[in-house]
Amino acid sequence: MQSTLFHRAAVGLISLMFSGMAVASDWTERSNENLRPGVTGVSQEVYDLHTTILWIVTIIGLLVFGLILVSMVRHRRSKNPNPSTFHENVFLEVLWTVVPFVILIAMAVPATRVLIELDDSSKAELTVKVTGHRWKWEYEYLTYQDDNNIGVSYMSNLATPVEQINNPVLAGGLFPYGTAQEAVGSEFPEKDKNYNLEADKPLVLPSGQKVRFLITSADVIHSFWIPDLGGKKDAIPGFVNETWAVVPEGKEGTYYGQCAELCGKNHAFMPIEAEVVSQEEFQTWLAQKKEEAAAAPDLTPFADLDEAMTLGEQTYKGACAVCHGNNGQGGVGLPFAGSDFATNEEHLDEHIDVLVNGRAAMPAFGAQLSPKEIAAVVTYERNAWGNESGDLIQPQDVQDHE
Amino acid sequence: MSTAAAHDDHHHHAPKGLKRWLFSTNHKDIGTLYLWFSFAMFMVGGLLAMVIRTELLEPGMQFVDPEFFNQMTTVHGLAMVFGAVMPGFVGLANWMIPLMIGAPDMALPRMNNWSFWILPFAFLILLSSVFMSAFGAGHPSAPNFGWTFYAPLSTEYGPASTDLFILSVHMMGISSIMGAINVIVTVFNLRAPGMTLMKMPLFVWTWLITAFLLIAVMPVLAGAVTMMLTDRHFGTSFFNAAGGGDPVLFQHVFWFFGHPEVYIMILPAFGIVSAIIPTFARKPLFGYASMVYATASIALLSFVVWAHHMFTVGMPLAGTLFFMYMTMLISVPTGVTVFNWVATMWRGSMTFELPMKWAIAFVILFTCGGLSGLMLAITPVDFQYHDTYFVVAHFHYVLVTGAVFSMFAAAYYWLPKWSGVMPNKLLGELHFWSSLISVNLLFFPMHFVGLAGMPRRYADYALQFADYNFWISIGGFWFGLSQLLFLAVCILCALKKGEKAPARSWEGAEGLEWEVPSPAPFHTYDTPPVVK
Repeated sequence: MQSTLFHRAAVGLISLMFSGMAVASDWTERSNENLRPGVTGVSQEVYDLHTTILWIVTIIGLLVFGLILVSMVRHRRSKNPNPSTFHENVFLEVLWTVVPFVILIAMAVPATRVLIELDDSSKAELTVKVTGHRWKWEYEYLTYQDDNNIGVSYMSNLATPVEQINNPVLAGGLFPYGTAQEAVGSEFPEKDKNYNLEADKPLVLPSGQKVRFLITSADVIHSFWIPDLGGKKDAIPGFVNETWAVVPEGKEGTYYGQCAELCGKNHAFMPIEAEVVSQEEFQTWLAQKKEEAAAAPDLTPFADLDEAMTLGEQTYKGACAVCHGNNGQGGVGLPFAGSDFATNEEHLDEHIDVLVNGRAAMPAFGAQLSPKEIAAVVTYERNAWGNESGDLIQPQDVQDHE
Repeated sequence: MSTAAAHDDHHHHAPKGLKRWLFSTNHKDIGTLYLWFSFAMFMVGGLLAMVIRTELLEPGMQFVDPEFFNQMTTVHGLAMVFGAVMPGFVGLANWMIPLMIGAPDMALPRMNNWSFWILPFAFLILLSSVFMSAFGAGHPSAPNFGWTFYAPLSTEYGPASTDLFILSVHMMGISSIMGAINVIVTVFNLRAPGMTLMKMPLFVWTWLITAFLLIAVMPVLAGAVTMMLTDRHFGTSFFNAAGGGDPVLFQHVFWFFGHPEVYIMILPAFGIVSAIIPTFARKPLFGYASMVYATASIALLSFVVWAHHMFTVGMPLAGTLFFMYMTMLISVPTGVTVFNWVATMWRGSMTFELPMKWAIAFVILFTCGGLSGLMLAITPVDFQYHDTYFVVAHFHYVLVTGAVFSMFAAAYYWLPKWSGVMPNKLLGELHFWSSLISVNLLFFPMHFVGLAGMPRRYADYALQFADYNFWISIGGFWFGLSQLLFLAVCILCALKKGEKAPARSWEGAEGLEWEVPSPAPFHTYDTPPVVK
């Protein structure tokens, strides 16, 4: 991988200047060196601005560096033993104050135009409220066309398995993939193409319609950023920020983004995956989601401990492992493995209560997990990693909990 | 022209040993203390950066926990800004301003002592949290919210060590304010007869302007951390939306300090380069007066651009436009300074001794940082650049190849005056070329990964960033190791090993500091020189 790098860097520098000609519309054709033009009208305008300013600063830079170089060659002592003594020149000084000023005005005009365009988030057909959480995104569909009462919301977590992320060096993790890995013989799985970018439940958006995002946060400041949709906006607790995007028809596909404001431990592990589909597909999907949301919760009891444990493990990895550790060893959250809390019968009610209603830094999961999932997680936490409480919690137990 | 005061050493009893340094009121000794302290913090901050670059060698978490990674980025930033760059320039001011204006010492020598000796304790407090995190029982977190410590990550969600951080920042602030007062009082009161303001060397001018910036903004930083403290412990809600406060207010207050702070860290560099280029071009500085006015207008404009750090927080359109225009405007006076340096070199008779090499590298690479800064000013594009490695590349070009390179230039330029011996040429050349190549391997590819979309402060990243990050890390280790060469140069000078330096150590050097012997005697200018 490294042998080709200098070659790629050289190509990169050149392509940086000319990449306006080749429009990469798919994230899979990711540029390694330059801004991507993206898929929306705004993102393309931003890209054009970027290319223009890059040319301007490159030319200014080359002029200044060229003058320095010429001076270093021609005005060295061996070539020019008697220095000149001039130390001011009003014409030059006025010139190099006025010319940059004019260039700046030429830059400010298109920048202002794009900024004004970006500021107008009116007449949106779909409004999605995006809430940043430590460390996941919540998408709540508020209005779509005439429907002001959608009531669909869900959490979106990182989908990359923790085995791909954690490659401790003592276990050979210095070489997680490639030939070095074979030589050292570490057992870490190869990383997926969309490593650290893929989410379990993507944000689904229709193409060809204006989508307005209302962005806020439940805890610290995050920043919602999908580069292909053209720019980021901070998610700030107590504020609702606005931004918008229209992905043109024919540009359906998956677009990835990441949190762009430091939000704590797992800042690097809360990606945004946006799936843009046609309007018909979107409407079908939304109708189905609405139906699911309206349906009564599934309270079918678990047949046995194994069934609960399977669902529990799956849910735990998605919602809990990020703070409590993949093996219940704790982290930002308290440990479960071998803890009195997760093994002592006395704490069973409290255990369910904390999950449903939250406590201190622990968020409430009552609204985002179904009673069945909560029951499964509690069962899992009380029976995994050597915790042998034998407790089997049923969905009805959670449903009855107030 | 001058009365070099070598004769008075014998009638003053100079303390020896530890007491000489602990109780020093001598501007040269205090300057030396500042400079060694700055270099020590540069190495500490560098070590923390090595941890960051080791983790980022490859995708995946290999060496440290993401939590520890965040502590590293935070303390790296704080150590470099408040420990390496700022004290480094204060050290240079202490040593050089009295020599340059013909003053016997700084105007307030005891305060000078205090403002230095606060610093080691401030950093002891801050760095103790890193030691506790790395080696203590239970690994209590060191500050982990980035050097910009945005609320509420640093308030409601900050670790216990945030309080150590707050105390430490307060102490650094007191130290800086006292240092700035000392510079202003010295420049206004202790100039030699005939040394009018418009005859002062540009380094003195830029420092005078910097000192006003410091006095204006350090109290704002103190206010920000005090509000944090009361939010954390005394039930106030300055930055807590749930209590009627405003997390964005924190950013406004922080950057009202933070943007002038950026210029605090670069204006003295302008002064240094404006001293070195004329010396080795053997030609007077082009546009002295315009340089003074440009520096002053940069300083004034620096108070009205702060919100360009926060374009993505959702400001109203009018506010965004105002800050975009002002930010673009600041490139005009900055351009003037660069053009002046080029014009100074033009038709000069240049030689390329070590200080000149560093100064030219400064002009070119600082300009790179300035140009990427202009790109960042274009707000709609900043929505893409913001908080990516493009920003990291930008500010490391202005701070490392800008501020730090100017300090290397200053050290090579004035080491003969400080120590009495010329810096070792072979080690110096190695240090320069090794640093120049590695620093670009380290920071240039950051532009690429930033544009391609890698957010900053990421402990782990998507696969398309892997190749460049590998080389960035190699550049980082190389640059870090290269600085040991500089340590060797300094130790050799301190041990007086090397070619003896004459009073005027560089052929084309002008200015009062070159009229006194090398090394500069313990006391200089007991009788002020007369400047014609």
